[in-house]
Amino acid sequence: MAVYERTYRRYDGALTPERRRVLAFPRYAIDEVFRSKLFLALCVVFLLWPLAIACILYLPHNLGFLKLFQTDSATMSAIFGFDAKFFYNWLMKPQTAMAFVLTFVVGPALVTADLRNNGLALYFSRPLSRTEYVVGKASILVLLLSAVTWVPGLAVFGFQVYLEGTDWLRANWRAGLGIVLGMWIWILLLCLVSIALSAYVKWKPVARLSMILVFIVAAGLASVMNLQFRTDWASVINLGDMVHVIVASLFGVPPSIAVPPWAAWTSVLLTCGACVWLLARKLRPYEVVS
Amino acid sequence: MSAVIELDGLSVRFGRRTILRTLRGQLNGRAIGLLGPNGAGKTTLVHTLLGFHAAAEGTARIFGHDVRTETRAIRALIGYMPENDAFIGGMTAVRLVRLMAELSGLPPREALERAHEALFYVGLGEARYRRVETYSLGMKQMVKLALAIVHGPRLLFLDEPTNGLDPPHRRRMLQLIREIKEDGGVHVMLSSHLLRDVEEVCDEVLILRNGEIATYCDLEAERQANRKFIEVETVGDNVVFAEQIGQMGCEYALLGPHKLKLVLPEGIEVRHLYQIAADRAVQIRRLDYRRDSLQDIFLRAMEVGHGGL
Repeated sequence: MAVYERTYRRYDGALTPERRRVLAFPRYAIDEVFRSKLFLALCVVFLLWPLAIACILYLPHNLGFLKLFQTDSATMSAIFGFDAKFFYNWLMKPQTAMAFVLTFVVGPALVTADLRNNGLALYFSRPLSRTEYVVGKASILVLLLSAVTWVPGLAVFGFQVYLEGTDWLRANWRAGLGIVLGMWIWILLLCLVSIALSAYVKWKPVARLSMILVFIVAAGLASVMNLQFRTDWASVINLGDMVHVIVASLFGVPPSIAVPPWAAWTSVLLTCGACVWLLARKLRPYEVVS
Repeated sequence: MSAVIELDGLSVRFGRRTILRTLRGQLNGRAIGLLGPNGAGKTTLVHTLLGFHAAAEGTARIFGHDVRTETRAIRALIGYMPENDAFIGGMTAVRLVRLMAELSGLPPREALERAHEALFYVGLGEARYRRVETYSLGMKQMVKLALAIVHGPRLLFLDEPTNGLDPPHRRRMLQLIREIKEDGGVHVMLSSHLLRDVEEVCDEVLILRNGEIATYCDLEAERQANRKFIEVETVGDNVVFAEQIGQMGCEYALLGPHKLKLVLPEGIEVRHLYQIAADRAVQIRRLDYRRDSLQDIFLRAMEVGHGGL
C-alpha cells in the first residue's frame, strides 16, 4: 500500500506486545496536553511549590542565613519544626489542591472527545478491553499528576533526609510513606471520578461542572451540615477531607476532622465503586436500549 | 479450513426483546452481503460478531474463533467501519488513523507509515492533516474506511459504507471495497439496505427478516442458474403469443399487457420466439437475457418465510 502505488496490501510485519499497546494513550495525550499554554503554566507554577519548600528546608543549613540571625542549625530547625506535620501541612495539602486543579483541566477532555463522536466503537473493535481503555486513559492523569505531586514531594523529603540525617528519617519516616501512598490514593480517586463523570455526561464543560459539584459543592454542603447538626460526620461526603483523614493517618498526624480513618476509607471506596459501576455502564461502543 | 463466519444457533436479546433468533449457517464467500429491512438485525449481528453484544444463546465463530470466548483474537483479525460518524474530536486524520493502528498492534513507525498510505489510498492524502470534524460527510466515510483497513485485517465489517455519499463518492467507495476484496485478499461483510451496493460488491447474500435468516444465496450461482431467463416486451396480442410459446414447453409469466418473462427449455432457441411472433403478428420490441435481480431475491425473501443455509 505504498503511497505511490495506491493499492491495498495487508500488513504482515511485526506486532507490539499486547500489554504495551495501552501506552499509546499517554504518549498521544501528553503530546496533546502540553500544547496547552494554560496547562504548561500550571505545571511550572505547581513545580515551583516543592522548590520553595526545598529552599525553606535548606535555610537552617545556610551559614549566611544562620549568621544573619546569629543562631545555629538545630535551633532554626526546631523553630521551623520540620517534621511529618510540616510535610503534611505545607507539602501534602497544597499538592492535593494542585492535583485537583490539573485534573479539572485535563481529566474531562480525556474521555469526552471519544464519547461525543462514537469513538468508542473504533477503540473496542480492536484488541483492546474496556479495562485497558480506562487504565490507558487513567495513566495519562497518573503520569501528569505524579510528575507535579509525589515525585517532587519525595525528592523534597529525600533532600530533608540528606540535610538532617538518618535520625530525622527514623523519627519522620511516615512522612515519606504518606507522601507517596497518600498522593497515589488521591490521584487514583481523581482519575476515577473525572473519567466516570466524563463518561456519564459526555460533554467537557458539563464534566468540569460536575467535578465542581462532586468536590467543591459537596464540601460546602458538608460544612453547612456539620455546622447545622454540630457534627463532623457530614464530612463523609467531602472527598477531599476524607482523603486528608486517610493521609493524616498515614503521616501519623492528628486529622483536622473528627472522622475515623475507617469511615474515610469507606467513603472513598464507595465513591470508587460507584465510579467503576458508572464506567461499566457507560463505556460501551453502543448503548443498548432494552 | 474454517468458515469465514459460522453461526451456531446465535440468539441475541436486549432485555425482553429478541433481536436475533437462532441463526445458523456457514458463510464462506469473499464478500458477504448482509441485507434486510430496517430493524431486521443486521447491525446487531455485526456488533455481536465484534463482541459488542453478548449472545443470549448459541454462538458464532469467525475464522474458527468463538465470539463468546475469543473476542480479542477476533478483533485482531477484523476491521470495522461503523455506520454512524465515528472519530475523535480534535485529532487530525493521520493522527487518528495512526493511533488506531498502534492500538491494533503496529509499532509506532509502521503505524505512521500505514496511516499515510491508508489515507492516500482512500483519497484523503491531501486532507490528512486536517481535523476529522472539519471533513464533509463523504470524507468522514472515507476516514472510517482508512481506520478499518490501516492494520491490514483479514475480514472487514462495513456497516452501510455508502450512507450519505453522492454518486461519484459512492462509486469510489464501492470500487475501493472491490479492490480491497480482490487485490488484498480480504473477506468483506457488507451490511446495507441498498441492494445495488450489495449486488455490485458481494458474491453471497444473507437476508435477515425480523431477526431470522430469511434467505441465504450465492449470487454467483443464482446468476448462473438464471442465465436462460428472458424478459420480452411485445406489441400485439400478448396472450396468444404467450400461450403459443407455452405449448412449445416454455415456462412463462405475463408481467403486463406487453411484457412477459420466460425460461427457454433445452432445444428451444430465441429464433423460435421470433418465428412464433411473426406467425401471430406480434412485434418483439425488446428481448433481454436476465437473471433474477437481487431485488427479486430480496422481495421473495420478504414474502416467503424462512430460508436457511
